[in-house]
Amino acid sequence: MTDETRSELEEAVPEEAVVERPLPENQVLRDLFARFEDVEWVDSLGQDVAQVPNQRWLEFGSAAKAAGFEVCADVTAVDWMRQRPDRFEVVANLLSMQHRLRLRMITTAPRLEPTVASLVPIWPGANFPEREAYDMFGVVFEGHPDLTRILMPDEWEGHPLRKDFGVGSVPVQFKESHKVN
Amino acid sequence: MTDEPKILDVWVAGTEEPELAPTDEGAQEISVDESEHRLDEQFGRVVEDDYVFDDDADVDERMILNMGPQHPSTHGVLRLQIELEGETIRRTKPIIGYLHTGMEKTGEQLNFSQGGTNVTRMDYLAPFHNELAYSLAVERLLGIDVPPRAAAIRVLLTELNRVSSHLVALATNGMDIGAISMMIYGFRDREQILAFFEKTSGLRMNHNFIRPGGVAADLPPGWKDDVAEILAGLPRRLQQYDDLLENNPIWMARTKGVGVISAEEATAYGITGPTLRSTGVDWDIRKAMPYSGIEQYEFEVALGENGDVYDRYRIRMDEIAESLKIIEQVMDTMPKGDYRVDDRKVTPPPRARIDESMEALIHHFKLFTEGYKVPAGETYVAVESPRGELGCYLVSDGEARPYRMHTRAPSFYNLQALPIAMADSLMADTVATIASLDPVMGDVDR
Repeated sequence: MTDETRSELEEAVPEEAVVERPLPENQVLRDLFARFEDVEWVDSLGQDVAQVPNQRWLEFGSAAKAAGFEVCADVTAVDWMRQRPDRFEVVANLLSMQHRLRLRMITTAPRLEPTVASLVPIWPGANFPEREAYDMFGVVFEGHPDLTRILMPDEWEGHPLRKDFGVGSVPVQFKESHKVN
Repeated sequence: MTDEPKILDVWVAGTEEPELAPTDEGAQEISVDESEHRLDEQFGRVVEDDYVFDDDADVDERMILNMGPQHPSTHGVLRLQIELEGETIRRTKPIIGYLHTGMEKTGEQLNFSQGGTNVTRMDYLAPFHNELAYSLAVERLLGIDVPPRAAAIRVLLTELNRVSSHLVALATNGMDIGAISMMIYGFRDREQILAFFEKTSGLRMNHNFIRPGGVAADLPPGWKDDVAEILAGLPRRLQQYDDLLENNPIWMARTKGVGVISAEEATAYGITGPTLRSTGVDWDIRKAMPYSGIEQYEFEVALGENGDVYDRYRIRMDEIAESLKIIEQVMDTMPKGDYRVDDRKVTPPPRARIDESMEALIHHFKLFTEGYKVPAGETYVAVESPRGELGCYLVSDGEARPYRMHTRAPSFYNLQALPIAMADSLMADTVATIASLDPVMGDVDR
């Protein structure tokens, strides 16, 4: 983004609403974040994290790929149960080989019908990890070409990595147990 | 507060996703959706159109072949559904999960000091790398740095582990193509390294030796002699294996130009490690984003050109040589000092103190039963494992156990390259392609 457009953006904001929005130091990331007003940059222990609103997930992903993040290294989810208003967090770790940068995209998904746009149209490699996140958390990735269970058996009920899915134990019936007093 | 959605605390059968049909992987079809885009994707045409569809082929010529999960060449329990057109592979669908044991769920039940025992069992051919990724993530959350000696020991062990893992890859690759003697040689040399691991950590595999805060123990007395012996013998034998395979016309014919992946496909599908470097992409986390002080050692990144089975074999051979270089440098420059961080929060008191001090005994007991609390936060740390980027995404909510522990398993992602590498190739090349990707099913399924 050129300096002219940035100054235009700043002018568009009303005077009293101008708050110093934290932006990363790296120029590639700075340009990327400057284009998204509603995407918040967070410094998570020295790592760059983008808090992306759910509706902007795909859009921000496309912009990130255009900015040089050619690899989607990982997609996963976190279940926050009652600790947060939106129960699920979907996390994508992006990697830019050309800039030697990493960026983590995090968005939220609601408690009921957790849905987020699939990143497969941008990075085909998001296919397996999104299937895993669906399998483990029940987060539905809209636009995924083959959203089926990947690790658990097809007929499995529930999503094991949800916090309300108990660890439990299966009683083991030993063959000769009835003979033992 | 009435607007809040009803909290579904307990999951009730049949209440979720009624609109989603169950999967049909058991049925004799690869995918119900046979739209043009979906087919393109499975042929690998999303990135690059390299499949020539034969419209004239008789429908009767097409068949679905199930390979695995008990096939000896699928490196464990990988199952492939292969759609064949005569002898040519049209589409492939990898079906995984047969070794899924819920290790990420288990990781949430173990405290941070116990977590190493869990992650080390994921990629069982590279346990030290798993432990390293996990330990680095915990240390980042704790905000501690390990002493130089601990970092050097970690580099020494992980690079030795890379050598042993690549030796297995060469061995199984050779065996799958029919070079049975390579299998025996590879496992023989690996045994020498595993013997050193056993001397160091007490176990041949699943060591739990690299722990948050350093390593479990110092290197055993006489470790230099053992490492020097490995360094002295291995290069000569590697040269022998190289001569054995490179001068074998069958080996060359079965690996050159087989299972080709392009650089664009590899980056788009998130493929890392030797498979990515075989396509010519210069990406090694050890060079690009160094960890554990590996930047102070000199080594080269082995690169290929064609992205075929041969290049992947060549890269593993070269990487073993480069790793031996690193090991030699670590051996010569091993710093003196403590092998654990001097932080009472994560480091148990020395064994001798426990016998004489009640407080030390209590401290030791508390550390190993309750563990230590880790400040709330989240982090992602990646290391270069023999198979590619091995990442650990760790979320802590301030308790003694991780709130979420996710492993970015390289084999899981590299397996996505299989349909692309196999499309439009011959059925007979399948095992060569699988072996060259070197998937570890424990890593894939976790």
